[in-house]
Amino acid sequence: MLRDITIGQYYPAKSVIHRLDPRVKLFATLIFIVSMFLFKTFVGYIVAGIALITVIKMSKVPFKFIVKGLKTIWMLLCFTLIFNVILTDGTILFEWKFIKISIEGIRNAIFMGFRLFFLIIGSSLMTLTTTPNQLTDGMETGLRGLKKIKIPVHEMAMMMSIALRFIPILMEETDKIMKAQSARGADFEEGKLMERIRALVPIFVPLFISAFRRANDLAMAMEARCYRGDNNRTRMNPLKYKKEDGLAYLSLVLYVAILIVADRTLGPIAESPITKLSTSLSAMVHIFNCL
Amino acid sequence: MLYLDNVNYIYQMGTAMEMHALNNVSLEIPDGQFIGIIGHTGSGKSTLIQHFNGLVKPTSGTIYYNGRDIWDEDFSKKELRTKVGLVFQYPEYQLFETTVVKDVEFGPKNMKLDKLECQLRTFGALKTVGIGEELYDASPFELSGGQKRRVAIAGVLAMQPDVLVLDEPTAGLDPRGRDEILEAIFRIKQERNITVILVSHSMEDVARFVDRLIVMDHGSVRFDGTPKEVFAHYKELEEIGLAAPEVTYLTAELIEKGLPLPNVATTVEEAKEMIMRFYKH
Repeated sequence: MLRDITIGQYYPAKSVIHRLDPRVKLFATLIFIVSMFLFKTFVGYIVAGIALITVIKMSKVPFKFIVKGLKTIWMLLCFTLIFNVILTDGTILFEWKFIKISIEGIRNAIFMGFRLFFLIIGSSLMTLTTTPNQLTDGMETGLRGLKKIKIPVHEMAMMMSIALRFIPILMEETDKIMKAQSARGADFEEGKLMERIRALVPIFVPLFISAFRRANDLAMAMEARCYRGDNNRTRMNPLKYKKEDGLAYLSLVLYVAILIVADRTLGPIAESPITKLSTSLSAMVHIFNCL
Repeated sequence: MLYLDNVNYIYQMGTAMEMHALNNVSLEIPDGQFIGIIGHTGSGKSTLIQHFNGLVKPTSGTIYYNGRDIWDEDFSKKELRTKVGLVFQYPEYQLFETTVVKDVEFGPKNMKLDKLECQLRTFGALKTVGIGEELYDASPFELSGGQKRRVAIAGVLAMQPDVLVLDEPTAGLDPRGRDEILEAIFRIKQERNITVILVSHSMEDVARFVDRLIVMDHGSVRFDGTPKEVFAHYKELEEIGLAAPEVTYLTAELIEKGLPLPNVATTVEEAKEMIMRFYKH
């Protein structure tokens, strides 16, 4: 089951997107997320969707692989849809006990669903095309300015890359410990809730101990190699902006501009038939209710 | 009795990382044998022993325990695991309780035995592995490496299995710790007369104790016989990255130099006797 999670996974391929400077990708992802809240009409969704599809095509990551990662947030998506449908006030289409479905609710749900979908695909596209090391490098270099106000950027980036590095190790360790305890007759699948929770103690205690031991060993190994933070530290491959990165920044600005302009100008025009439809629909519902 | 019939195991089937870990392995393990399994890293020995107690399901093939298919739906895997005790590599990393006794009791308690029986088995197991009473209430984390490992072995032994499988029980220990573990294993074998399967890198360890030696290579059984039979193939063993005990090479060289020894020796004792016999005549 754990293997199915593709969020945060890296997909090795040779593409323009993979080659981009991680700072560009981080910044672009941030802007993309913010841009999700900059538009109100469905024209905005179309613009964002086109932009996303273009980037996916350029990244050479199979769409299927990206969508596989959505499995884990399926529940979240469903909840958002259901709550939006139920809890939005407006012209009521259907009513049963406390459940009220309104036109606005459906509209909100669809929009919210797409927004979440875009958000997740956008951000997983970043992790799919950037190795964890590049990512932390990008973060460290990109946020270097914050060091002036005494924020330990380097240490935070180092902690993050170590944490990422430890995930597969600890997963393997968990598997081993679970097997070893099952060999001693432990049962993780049966029993009441409390029994099951108690059954986790024999896994977590050795897991924590081993995590601490590994952390200790790693710290020792780092000290043995004279690690002392980023004092006078140089890099083997310092991050340098290339021509592609400039182009990427430019397209990002263009994307935001197009998004806002299209949403403000085309949006109301394109939406007017829908608004008309929904007003006439609500009128019909009203008449129907009166009858 | 354990019986493996054409067992195959493939890791991550259908992905790019697919790996054939076991290749048509058929084995018969009668009761009461002392068996050594050797093979270099990645030869499939750890995967093989995880099949013995149903921790891993074979991709194809069948495993029988006392004549019953262990993957039959009505076969209790939990019970099987108490019958076929498996001690993993570095078992001391799985200790978790506050005291030595409590940790060893984990297995018997999972078997839902009554309190007295649990304690009897626990004390018995600790005694067999040579852990003194003064350590019973100590935290397992305060013990030395060798002691920790013996406590972990006691944890499996306390379930009183009919088959005891140990994966590299001496790995990473100093010579003294290693000797203590090996003595404990030998004592278990003698006291309980159960089947013991020892996975090891150290040819000296295995040659000294076992009646039967299984050599794994690339997921298949390469040799299967008494240590003497297997180590006679010391040249082929070298080809697959293994070595015979030092004394085998020594006697082989002596024979080559013209000393009329009957065969190559696998233990120092055996070599000593052969050479002494030669000089007496």
